[in-house]
Amino acid sequence: MVLMALAVAASLAACGTTQEVSEDDEWEEAREARDERERAEIEGLRDDEMSEFRELDDPDSPLADRIIYFDFDRYDVKSDYRDLVREHARYLRSRSGLTVRLEGHTDERGSREYNIGLGDRRAQAVKRMLVLNGVSEDQIRTVSYGEERPAVAESNEDAWAKNRRVELDYIR
Amino acid sequence: MVSLMKGWVGGIVLFASVLAASVQADVLRVDITSGVDTAEPVAVTSFVWRGDGEPPEDIAAIISANLKRSGRYRPLDPGDMPEQPSMDRTPDFSAWRQAGADNLVVGEVRGDNGRYDVRFRLFDVHRGEQLLGYSVPARGDRMRRAAHQVSDMIFERLSGEPGAFNTRLAYVQAERRNGRERFHLVVADSDGHDPRRIMSSSLPIMSPAWSPDAERLAYVSFENRRSEIFVQNVRSGERRSVSSRDGINGAPAFSPNGRYLAMALTTGEGGPDIHVLDLERDEFRRVTRSRAIDTEPAWFPDGNRLAFTSDRGGAPQIYSTRLDGSDVRRLTFDGNYNASPSISADGRYMSMIHRGERPGFRIAVQDLERRGLRVLGEGDNDESPSFAPNGTMIIYAARKGFRGTLAAVSTDGRVRQELATETDTIRDPAWSPRLDAVDRDAMN
Repeated sequence: MVLMALAVAASLAACGTTQEVSEDDEWEEAREARDERERAEIEGLRDDEMSEFRELDDPDSPLADRIIYFDFDRYDVKSDYRDLVREHARYLRSRSGLTVRLEGHTDERGSREYNIGLGDRRAQAVKRMLVLNGVSEDQIRTVSYGEERPAVAESNEDAWAKNRRVELDYIR
Repeated sequence: MVSLMKGWVGGIVLFASVLAASVQADVLRVDITSGVDTAEPVAVTSFVWRGDGEPPEDIAAIISANLKRSGRYRPLDPGDMPEQPSMDRTPDFSAWRQAGADNLVVGEVRGDNGRYDVRFRLFDVHRGEQLLGYSVPARGDRMRRAAHQVSDMIFERLSGEPGAFNTRLAYVQAERRNGRERFHLVVADSDGHDPRRIMSSSLPIMSPAWSPDAERLAYVSFENRRSEIFVQNVRSGERRSVSSRDGINGAPAFSPNGRYLAMALTTGEGGPDIHVLDLERDEFRRVTRSRAIDTEPAWFPDGNRLAFTSDRGGAPQIYSTRLDGSDVRRLTFDGNYNASPSISADGRYMSMIHRGERPGFRIAVQDLERRGLRVLGEGDNDESPSFAPNGTMIIYAARKGFRGTLAAVSTDGRVRQELATETDTIRDPAWSPRLDAVDRDAMN
């Protein structure tokens, strides 16, 4: 990590006062190089367990639904989503080496940092349901982006409803 | 200093390029959308250039724009000025009185080899008296700062309050290009000039907060797909990660002496609690203990208390506490949502975002001595208020549709400005403390 950062610093220093685009690109390249390395590290795992991930990648599988929506200022998982959570719990139980990241989000109204707290509560609520369904806590990570990463970049009731959500992101 | 240095070792990661070589960001335009009817007329005459070649900056234009932006002064149009006065002789006060000026600024710039001297005098036109006379030395690349410093001196002499022109703004710029999102942490002069990106990421950046010496910024970055608090030296670009625990690492705020960083951190199952990090010893102290969301700590000027947002009572309201977590008091009672406290440097006022009976979130200010709450914002989704170091203005994030702009309002609600770039969303503003003033010499 430090080496990577130093490499970035070196590349930035090398480009000195060059224009925004090239510096951005260098930064982007360094990041992509790192992403590439991370992908490369788990490539072997993917080969071994190809058949398991096929279910995850199948658009007709119940696992294809990975977003849970919430009401305004609420963080309880509505009963409509019980089956969705159960399906993912079943899958995670069968793949004990697999980790899921729960990303909590809110709409853009109100305080940004308070919304980080609210998004965290939503992610925690989904985590609790997964754990109640037998998933090991070690397989679950949570992150709250609050209002920082809206699914729909608009300001209306419809967009807000789509932005109040938890996304399940499998780390493989 | 030695112990401070120690704190930086080990975590030092060279990251963004240094500020001097950093990337120029999109220009910030500052417009006054509402001023004061009683703005006082002041004449800022052209600063006479006494050197070779081209003058480095138009000092008078920078000072005029500053005074105008404050909303309290109305600079005369150069076409209405009766004379070009010189530093060496008395101005024709009767002519200036006739031109409608209350006060008059006369100046000149001397210089050679990149070293300059900005000399000025401020006169009371009605009394025919000099109020100020100074010589301010400046390097060529510091001319704008010298002009801001002169603006502060003039503002302070005329209004009786310290100025806040020799300051900077930090804010987050979010751009969407070809479906790809980029976030930039930008530092600009208080007049929006010279915006520079000091950090960029494809994942969100939020909540920049200045150290009291205006040398460092603390902020939250999601660059590693989780929240993480960094402290970055604005000049060198050196930074270190100070908190990256599981869950929330948010809302950093430097203590008035710069040694501590208050923040919101997840502890166990409940929502985040307020913590204070000793930056010299790298020790965390937990301040609040609740299952509620406790976040957005803001220091009172004495460094002994923190205001913070909490929904422990059901909805977000602002509370205060001692650093050991004792003596928790609720501060806000008007409205069903109050959050994001910012305390003025004199401890008298607290600004916040407020939702009352009318839907929508607006900037409000509460007099902490007399308890009255006053709504200042005009938008319906205002966020992130931050006091100017002299307490006269509050900068905040506003919205036009989904696009974010910045706005500033005077604490008395009379003066309004809008700050925007051409295209991108800007938000999460933080007004820096005053920058160091350069030495200056009084002139008779």
